[in-house]
Formats: sequence, C-alpha cells, structure tokens
Amino acid sequence: MSDLSTARFVNIGERTNVTGSARFKKLIMAGDYETAVEVAREQVENGAQIIDVNMDEGLLDAKHAMTTFLKLIAAEPDIARVPVMIDSSKFDVIEAGLKCVSGKPIVNSISMKEGEEPFLEHARICRDYGAAVVVMAFDETGQADTKARKVEICSRAYDLLVGIGFPPEDIIFDPNIFAVATGIEEHDRYGLDFLEAVAEIKRRCPKAKTSGGLSNLSFSFRGNETVRRAMHSVFLYHAIPAGLDMAIVNAGQLDVYDQIDPELREACEDVILMRRPDATERLIDLAESYRGKSGADEKAAEEWRGWDVKRRLEHALVKGIDAHVVADTEEARQQFARPIEVIEGPLMDGMNVVGDLFGSGKMFLPQVVKSARVMKKAVAHLIPFIEASKEPGAKAKGTIIMATVKGDVHDIGKNIVGVVLQCNGYEVVDLGVMVPWSQILAAANENQADMIGLSGLITPSLDEMVTVAQEMQGAKMTMPLLIGGATTSKVHTALRIDPAYEGPVIHVLDASRAVGVASRLLSDTQRDDFVTDTAGEYVKVRKAREGQSKSVLLSLEEARANFCDVYLSDKAAPPLQPGRHVFPDWDLAELRDYFDWTPFFRAWELHGTYPKILDDEVVGETATQLFADANAMLDRIISEKWLTARGVCGFWPCARDQDDITLHLDSGHVTLPFLRQQVKKSRDRANMCLADFIDPAGDWMGGFAVGIHGIDPHSERFRADKDDYSDILLKALADRFAEAFAERLHQYVRTDLWGYAPHEQLTNQALIKEEYRGIRPAPGYPACPDHSLKPILFDLLDAPKNAGLTLTESFAMWPTAAVSGFYFAHPESEYFGVARIGRDQLEDYAERRDVDLATAERWLRPNLD
Amino acid sequence: MTKREEFAAAAKARILIKDGPYGTEIQRAKLSPEDYAGDTGLNHDQKGNNDLVNLTQPQVIRKICDSYIDAGAHILATNTFNANRISQADYGAEGLVREINVSAARIIREAVDEASAKDGIPRFVAGAVGPTNKTLSLSPDVEDPGFREVDFDTIVDVYREQCAALIEGGADFILVETVFDTLNCKAAIMAVKQLERELDTDIPLMISLTLTDLSGRNLSGHTVEAFWYTVRHAKPLTIGLNCSFGAEQLRTHVQLLSDIADTYLMAYPNAGLPNDLGEYDELPETTASLTRFWAENRRINALGGCCGSTPDHIAAMARAVEGVTPRTVPEIDANMQLAGLEPFTIAA
Repeated sequence: MSDLSTARFVNIGERTNVTGSARFKKLIMAGDYETAVEVAREQVENGAQIIDVNMDEGLLDAKHAMTTFLKLIAAEPDIARVPVMIDSSKFDVIEAGLKCVSGKPIVNSISMKEGEEPFLEHARICRDYGAAVVVMAFDETGQADTKARKVEICSRAYDLLVGIGFPPEDIIFDPNIFAVATGIEEHDRYGLDFLEAVAEIKRRCPKAKTSGGLSNLSFSFRGNETVRRAMHSVFLYHAIPAGLDMAIVNAGQLDVYDQIDPELREACEDVILMRRPDATERLIDLAESYRGKSGADEKAAEEWRGWDVKRRLEHALVKGIDAHVVADTEEARQQFARPIEVIEGPLMDGMNVVGDLFGSGKMFLPQVVKSARVMKKAVAHLIPFIEASKEPGAKAKGTIIMATVKGDVHDIGKNIVGVVLQCNGYEVVDLGVMVPWSQILAAANENQADMIGLSGLITPSLDEMVTVAQEMQGAKMTMPLLIGGATTSKVHTALRIDPAYEGPVIHVLDASRAVGVASRLLSDTQRDDFVTDTAGEYVKVRKAREGQSKSVLLSLEEARANFCDVYLSDKAAPPLQPGRHVFPDWDLAELRDYFDWTPFFRAWELHGTYPKILDDEVVGETATQLFADANAMLDRIISEKWLTARGVCGFWPCARDQDDITLHLDSGHVTLPFLRQQVKKSRDRANMCLADFIDPAGDWMGGFAVGIHGIDPHSERFRADKDDYSDILLKALADRFAEAFAERLHQYVRTDLWGYAPHEQLTNQALIKEEYRGIRPAPGYPACPDHSLKPILFDLLDAPKNAGLTLTESFAMWPTAAVSGFYFAHPESEYFGVARIGRDQLEDYAERRDVDLATAERWLRPNLD
Repeated sequence: MTKREEFAAAAKARILIKDGPYGTEIQRAKLSPEDYAGDTGLNHDQKGNNDLVNLTQPQVIRKICDSYIDAGAHILATNTFNANRISQADYGAEGLVREINVSAARIIREAVDEASAKDGIPRFVAGAVGPTNKTLSLSPDVEDPGFREVDFDTIVDVYREQCAALIEGGADFILVETVFDTLNCKAAIMAVKQLERELDTDIPLMISLTLTDLSGRNLSGHTVEAFWYTVRHAKPLTIGLNCSFGAEQLRTHVQLLSDIADTYLMAYPNAGLPNDLGEYDELPETTASLTRFWAENRRINALGGCCGSTPDHIAAMARAVEGVTPRTVPEIDANMQLAGLEPFTIAA
C-alpha cells in the first residue's frame, strides 16, 4: 500500500459545501452542475483526500441536489477516486446520498439529539450501507460545550454503537469547535475544552477518530483573514498532537505555524489555550492592526497622536496614515483664518517633506502614493469650506493633462505618475484611458494646461502618440508633450515623436522622474536650457541612428532556408481533450499561489527579485510593507470574491506551411501568419519563426485568453474615497491574477487538457523560470510582434463570449488585466525576438495577410525601424 | 454448529473445492425450446434461459451437480446467475423468479445432503446471485453522465426477492458473484441485511469480485483494495475473485486480497483466456497446476472454476491441492478504511 493512501491527519475539503463556499452555493442554486463538478475536480487535484458534499440550503431540494451531484462526480474517475463525506443535518438527505456512492463514504453526521433510539437506528442504516459516521457531541439536552459534557456524550455514544456491533474504527467524533474570543467569558474555555476532550475521547474510545469544523473557531474575527488563518493554524498545531485526526477546513485558510508573526501567534495561543485572563482583549487589540495596516503604525499611534496638529499632519502625510486625517485637518482649519491656509501651510509643508524624501531616494513610490491618499482626503475635506468662502483655490504649481491614448487601456503607470505629480503640488487633469487626440487637445485648451502627458503600454500606442503630436502641431500648440509608458523609449521619442511636433517633447523614463521634468519645464530659469538640451540629445540619437551600421539582414528567402530545424518526431501527441475549454470562474485562492511577484514590485518602481527584495537594504522595508498591504487586499479579494477569473483555451489540428500555420477546423481552414527573424545570425543559429515548431505533415497547436473581471466597482469605490493607493494596488494585483491564471492554465494544459506532460511537478519558482516544456507566446510580444493576430485568436476561442474579453481598435484587451497567446508544445520550442525585418518580408506578409502595404507597415512598424 | 462454524471447521481442515459453471454443461444436454419451456406456458422462446431449467428439467441440473460432487466439490452453487427479476424479464419469465430459485436451491440441497449422508464429507449450498445486467454506478448514456437506468432501492428489491427464494429452497449462503459494479454489490448486501432482520437469522455472504482490466479494477472502477474496504461491513464468510481472466492473470490480485482480507478467500478463475474462436481450451492439468501455486503459497481457502471449466478441471484442481495446507485468515487490526475508487486509510 502506498504511503499516499494512508494519512495521519486529513484535511477535508469544504469547497463542495454550500454552507462553506459561496461560489459552490451559487453554482448549485443556478443549476450549473457542470462547473460545480469542476470545483470538486480542482479540490481533488489540489490534494483534498476526502471531499465533503453538503447541500443544506433552505431554498434547495437538498435530496435532489445531493444525489444529482454525487452521481455526476461518480462518472469522473479523477474525482471519484477519493472518498466522499456525505454531509447533511437531514438524515433522509444522507440516506439518499448513500444510495449513490459506490465506495466507502463517511456520513456527517448523526447524534443523540433526538434520543438513543433514532441515533442507533441511523447508525444501523449507515452500517448497512458500509459507511463510517461522524457523531456530533450532541444529546437530548443539547450540544456539548464543556470538556466533561463532550467526553460524557461521546463515551455514551461509543458504548451504544459498539454495543450494536458498529465497528469502532468507523466512528468519528466531532466534539464541537465553538467560537472563542467572543468577549463572553463562558466562551473563553471553548478551545481548551475541545483539545482536552479530544485527548480524553481518544483514550476512552479505542479506534475512534476525532474531527472538527475549524472555521467556527475564529467566527468573531470574520473579515480579518490574517487573524483567522493564524488561529486555525495555531489550533491545529495543538489539536493534532492531542489526537485530532481530521478537520473540515479550507486548506487555503491555513498558515505554516512557524511563519506566523510571533506576536500574533502568541496572542492566538493565549486565547486558545486560555493562558491569561486578558487574552481575548489582547487578541482583539492586536487583530485591529492586521486589518490591512502594519502593527508598528498602530503602536506608534499613542505617541504621535499627542503632538500638535501641524506635526500630526506632516507625520500622517509622511507615513501615509489616513485614519485621523479628516479630524486633524478640521482641527487645523479652526486654527487658521482661512481654510486655504491649511493647504498652503501644514499640508504643503508635509508634502514638501515627502517630495524631498522621494527625490533623495529615501522614500519610494508605494509610500508616496499612500501619502497622496492622505493629502487628497485632507483637501477634499477643505474644499467645501473654500468654496463657501468664495476664495480662489490653492494655486497649483502647474496643470498637466494626462491620458492613456486611444486604443490602449493600461493606466497603472499613468495613475502613479498622476499621483506623484499631485503630491508635488501640480494639478492633474486625468482624462482616463482610450482618449482620442481631439479630446486631449480640447482638455488642454479648456484647462489652460501647462503640459500634456501621454501614456501607453502596447506598441500600437506608439503610433497613436505620433498622431497626437502631429495634431498638436496642426493646432499650432506650443506646450510641452511628455511621453511615458512601458513600450515608449527615448529612441522612439527621438526618431518618431519629436520630429512631428515643434514644441518640447520629453520622454519620461519613470514616475520618479516626472516631478523633476515638470518642475524644470515650469521653471523660468531652467526651462529653456532643459528644452534645448533634450532636443539636442534627440538630434544626437537620430544622427547616431543614421550613421549606425545596422545589423545585416538576410533576404527572406535566405532566412527561410536557415529555419529552425526541430526534431519533428519529438512533437507532442494530439491533445487528450481537443476542442475548446471554458473556465467561467477559476479559483482565485489557487491562482494566488501562482503569483510572480517580481513584476508587481517593478510596477511600483521597486527593483529587485522577489523574495529577496523583501530583505533589500534600500527598498526592503517599503517592499515588505507593500507586500503586506497587497496580501491583506488579496485576502479580501478572495474571501469577498471581488474578482472573477474567466478564461478559455482550445487546441486545433494544424500544419506548417512555410511561415504560416494552417489550422484545420471543421468550419474550414484558418491561417496564422508568423514573422521570421531576418537579422544575420552568427555561427549555426537559426532564423527563427514560430511556424518552425510545427510539423508540416500535421501537428497540433493551441491558444488561450484569460481575463480578470469585476475591478470597476471596487476601483470606483477607492477613487470616490480618494484612495489612489488601493486603486493602483488593486489594478496591479488584477494584472498578477491574469498572469497567474495564464501560468496555471498553461500548466493544466500540459498536465491534463493537452496532457503531454502529465507528470510535470514544478514549483512556482520553476514555473516562473519557464522550466516546463512548450511556450505560450502572446501576439504583440517579441516572438510574434504583430498585435493584429489577436482578432484571429479571439475568433478561434470566441473569447468575447467565453472569457468576456474584447479588443480595442489597437488590439488592446479589455478588461485590462488579461493575457492571451498561442500554445506550442514541441520540446524545442522557445521564446525569441523577431527584431528587425526587411521590406521583402513586409511585402510578403502584407500579401499573406491580404492587406495593403500601408496597413502592414502600420502593424509591423516597431520591427521595421 | 451454525453454518458459519461448520464452514470454518471444514476450511481449517483443507482447501475447499467449489464447483464449476452450469452453462456449458446445460448446452451439452442439447435441450429443445420445448424442453426449456416445459409446462410453464411462457410465450417467449425460452431456449438459452438456463435458469428456467431448474424448474422445467431439474434432473439435468441434478446430474451436473452430481458430476461436480463426484469431481470433489464441497461448495455447490445454485444455477441461478440470471434468476432475478431484471434478467428474467428478457424472457417474460419474471413471474417465476421465486419458483426458479426455490427449485434451484432444493435440487442442490438434496444432492448435497444425499452425498454427505453417504460419505460424511461436509458440503455447502451457495445460492448464487449474479450482478443483473443493470449498473448503479454508471450511466448507459455517455451524453448524460448523471443518468441511471435503475435506482438503488429497485436493485435491493430485486436481490431480496431472489435471496429470499434461495434461502427458502435451502441455500446455506448467498454467493454474490461476478461483481462488476460495487454499488450493485452494496445493494445485494443491503438486501441480505433486510432479509436477515425479517427472518431473524444469520445469512452468511460470499462475495466475489470480477476484474475487467489487468491493472485490477472492476467495471465501476474500484481497485481490489477499495472494493474490500467497501464491502467489509458485510462481514462476508468469503471474499474473492471469479471469472475475470485465467488463473495466471488473476494471481497478483489474489495475492493482494489474501494479505488484506481478514476472512476466507475463495477464487474461481476462468479456464485461461479464450482462444481466437472464443473457446476455452486450457487443459484441466494446466489450470490445476496454476492454482496449486496459489495453494502452496497459502493464498487460498477455496478454489473452483468459472467460464470454460468442466468437472474434469474441478477434479484436477481437487487432486492438485489435496493435502496442501489452507491459507490462515490473517488477524488485521483495522484502522479507519475508506474508499473512493481507490483505497484510503487513516492511521491510528
């Protein structure tokens, strides 16, 4: 017998329990059993050794739901391989379930609630079906709360059961886990009573097992996941040695005991083991600091709250604490003659400190964004008073129009820059995403703006920025144009945007440079030099570019002759489950484990590799705080189900046809044209094209699209609350979810759906390092740089219907947190950059795509320069 | 002595021999459709309804039984594999289920009692219960995996009717054989439990699994271990395997079951694998030498034949294991054993 099939402690999955999982309940109520079955499958795949099935919901026909679901999972060998726990408070539901389960299940539960006779009758029936039973510590007078009652009831039940020949090894006692730290003194002993009762029951009742529903324990800390997780983990840490054999628990709701914050761990232990009379109070106090805030801030609280109001405001701004800012601002307002003086005085002073610390590298973006949140709340409090006194508002240092250009939806970077500028006294008019040039120009005029800032993430946005520059020139504007965003560069700005507009054009590398650029552009003394210098630099870039001996290009014919000659007989077998697979709601808790955190920190301009970044000498503290905030928000995103991960993937038979891949679908042929590297390679390296990984004699490829839905209401809520920090945090986390979903789905494809690597077992670290077989290149990224392949991919997947994703005219995906791409399974397939291509390939490609040369040129421009 | 105790005493003394199949032997009798139907007045063509022969040509059954007794069998099964309401409905004979089973049990009872009265060797009547042709765990419709052709309670009633008649006719045990769907077997157990309560008597069960693939799972997907955990609550007198494949292919599964089952083990494999024409041509000596290997390794308490076996095979097996010490039933300190399609145990 394998060790795998023998357990010392069993986590019973609670995700197929309508009382334990809101998602499962929703699916069952909606009659979506197909997806509900997937929940069970995921649970087993994630290691559940037993699955608890519970359909006790007032509005459900529990008997029907129970039998329907059990029959459906019986048909799924990868679910049915594990035992079932039939969970209901109604015995007729249990018996109906027993008639559908072919192995040896557990019944949860029976008790002496209605006396010995019905209890023994139920036990006999369970035995005749060959089921093990959970016996609740419940008798005619009620549920056992004290140790003595728990032991007494369980012992009596045991003797009765063994007396009728019930096998003692098939008995599991549930001696009731109750909520502790409720503030009611009688509840203080509940944790300890349970632990002691378990030990005594195990001693008193040979072969019987014990179990408990863990989530009750922390009931009084609903909404505070950190504390709940810690309590559950600490409880199990003590309960397992005491003899607890199994527990119904959300495995995602457990932490490693050693990794719990020692202070919290001790406080939990004090409560559970009742080690001190004030344990509850202390845990409640401590718990507050885990509601998304750091404990250190709270402890320093008493101290700084005693300072005078000016210093308090400065402290709040520098530390980014928004808890008291409205009260403090009000207090300050009453001290000053005019409300505007509060802004121009202590608030601006505080923000200057923030600006200085940021400028000198002692503060980092996440903290600055938090400071901005405090500032915004303070200002928002003052505005009605300022308006009432009919005074002019605070004079801003300057007004900046910010927009993500038409066709693009990415705004995290733009929002960060906006916040940083606001922090530094600039007025920012944020036009949002997908803003056409006409609107940008109109807003600039209307607001008498001092400059315009454009942002974009995808390559087609570069062209759109050129368009905005041309239109500004056409309108004879002179104000500076700032360019920023992931795909923008100094070179592109110099070569293509700067020549289109006679006014100053400045590429801003990252948010930390924005203030410096803006202040110089608005400074009487520095402006001219700065503009001249920058323009001079761009001229130099252009000259260098002209004189630069460009890398030698092969002709397309030569490049094709040097194709990547993979070993075709190594190609993957056809997918186990061909066709399309739709995932309407992938479990977020699972995706969390697939996060690649490094890019998350990069989005906040904290550079370094996770997890080392947390201990980094310079940014470590900030990174750690940001990480804690992110995790606190993740807890809420998951437990309150803010977001929905929707995705679709599909596999298609295909064949390579030169640089095209032709898909053979029932509905006809679809061609995917790919681009080939033309830069002359050294030594034996091939001129790669994705089509090279496909067998001309017949092969398979796949595609996927995943997106994270549901951001908007939360984003709006944060914005309404002037909380840019949480808004940006949420968006950055949604991006991580999308990437994690792509990672997880790819893994599922490899191990199950396509199934060419069924035994793959990689850590998340190894996944991030791409140590698996096969690739998932995305249109718009180096291996297939043409974004315009996305509409074809989306059609193949019917992504709008199956994943709720749409494309803008520049082929940006909406919602923004989304990933799509192709699957290649050949073991030699790898990522590469197409880089520069020649006119011959451009012309060839235009013909293959059946578009005119100008369109092809627009699509491929980044690869033509 | 109760029947359980008698069996235990006999099984301690020697490896017990179970008989072989009735189907091929009945075919050899070359009965006409009229012979099959007898005076039952049934409209359908009854040719091939081997269970009805118990009622219409009892002498044919008796003769076959005697040939197995002569071959050395101690456990004689009734010829009632399809004598249940579901299977008999195919012949329009569902109204005769009780009569068929009562008659079938009586024939074997009389043959056994007469033989034992002569030679004093203890013999037992096993009332054989087949799986019916309906499955409780599987949907016959691939498009609708949640669909079931029958429900648990219906199968319980079907088994209960048949078992009651077998006991009435004098069967000592109920042999639930050729179990391809574990849930059907649980229904059979439930039927016997209900009957025990109704008759206020102990009805020992013999349970025999059939495997459908060489990796060791039955049609409903259970492994041998998972199956044992699932039926252990029935406290069967014997657990084992039948049909499936030949003795050679069944060896590893018998060995596994022998280690984990704390009750008597009975196996009755087919006479090898069928040849290209679908016929069994394994010689009696071959079967006997393969099963002797089990006996010598003390894996077995009772041995018999299934498809393709003849009285000659049974006789060869009886000679082969003569004097070989039977398997000792292991004492197993069972912890919690659960099962899906696969076994799962929780340590003490």
